[in-house]
Amino acid sequence: MTGKPVHIFELANPKRFMDVSAPVVPWLAAATTVTITLGLILAFNTPPDYQQGDTVRIMFIHVPTAWTAMMAYGLMALASVVSLVNRHPLADVAAKAAAPLGAVFTALGLITGSLWGRPMWGAWWVWDGRLTSFLLLLLLYLGYIALSDAFSDETRAARVCAILAIVGAVNLPIIEFSVQWWTTLHQGESILRRGGPAISPVFLWPLFLMAIGFTLLFLLLWLIRIRTAVLKRRTWNLMLRATT
Amino acid sequence: MNDFITQGGYAGYVWPAYAITALALSALAAWALSAYRKAKAELARIESKEGRPS
Amino acid sequence: MNARKKRRLLFVSFLLLGGAGAAGLAIAALQDNVMYFYSPTDVYAKHVSPGQAFRIGGLVAKHSVHKGRGAEITFTVTDGNKNVSVDYKGDVPALFREGQGVVAMGRLTPSGTFQADQVLAKHDEKYMPPEVVDALKRSGHWEEGKAQQ
Repeated sequence: MTGKPVHIFELANPKRFMDVSAPVVPWLAAATTVTITLGLILAFNTPPDYQQGDTVRIMFIHVPTAWTAMMAYGLMALASVVSLVNRHPLADVAAKAAAPLGAVFTALGLITGSLWGRPMWGAWWVWDGRLTSFLLLLLLYLGYIALSDAFSDETRAARVCAILAIVGAVNLPIIEFSVQWWTTLHQGESILRRGGPAISPVFLWPLFLMAIGFTLLFLLLWLIRIRTAVLKRRTWNLMLRATT
Repeated sequence: MNDFITQGGYAGYVWPAYAITALALSALAAWALSAYRKAKAELARIESKEGRPS
Repeated sequence: MNARKKRRLLFVSFLLLGGAGAAGLAIAALQDNVMYFYSPTDVYAKHVSPGQAFRIGGLVAKHSVHKGRGAEITFTVTDGNKNVSVDYKGDVPALFREGQGVVAMGRLTPSGTFQADQVLAKHDEKYMPPEVVDALKRSGHWEEGKAQQ
């Protein structure tokens, strides 16, 4: 009975969220910078790949941006579930804050992939299962952003956007397993593969560091954008109170 | 050093990939930060007008 | 958990199930189109008629690449079970080589060879420095094209 246990939903209280997240921001920023810097140093000190030569270095940003894009969508969908089920305004704010960040990571995954595909495959773009489902991810993000701006009624916008985000989450396993289910030009899974990763440790380290670095960067920017939205809401409430 | 610049003949693909990623992510960070600073300044302005910081 | 929350959770599960169901149906209906290429075995099994455009994919068979005059090139695509020989005129990507994955777009001629308009290289999911490959080859643990689907 003495003292409430700290529950995750206590963070759903905006005031509490602001207090707890404020000191996290600088530490997260430092961790992001260190990880990405180390990742870049390793990325440019690997030998070339036995077949792909120096284009293997594109993998160190292509794969992490793609992973981050998918993780961001997963988090956006999760926040949307909380928004729909628990009706916490902060969950809705969190989902909305993730969308533009996820869209940029998705676009970068597509662009870096294209710059890798041209010299190795011989094509900037092909309509295979992996590339097409990943393009759909970008369309889902853009659709979500467009939809969130289309309603003047905020609670309705939140509900419709949450539904889109949750239904769209079905695309995540399709992206992941596309290279197993169908014949594709995109190569198969290198990391989560039967028989262990097919990537030499010398390439695995920069890949993991960049993946962690981009994930931290996403979390940092996500936090900043959620904080921004809370501040805006506070300003809005004060202005309302002042006029009435 | 020369190998670093030429990237084994793939400089035209490796460097644009890194440059576009660096540019887009820096722009994204700058955009998020400036929006945060603006929101903070706006709230401070309203609060001082109200005459009671919360 | 109150009744209202339970109802909303049910709604969310319904959304996910509905989405997955719709995607599953769409994919099943499109099954043939979702496949990016046919293997040589598929080509024989499906009795693809000459003149019909499709993609064929597999490994470039060992010792099958012959460069003619100009940009003409012939090679055999194999999946270890069946072979299809391919004629192509044009540039091939840097990764194109014997034992490597390849995807060609084109059509079968009445004689049974595949006339390609475009040749793309498909690389496998292995990444390693050249020295590691040399070491594997020296120790006899290297299997060319093993990881290729």
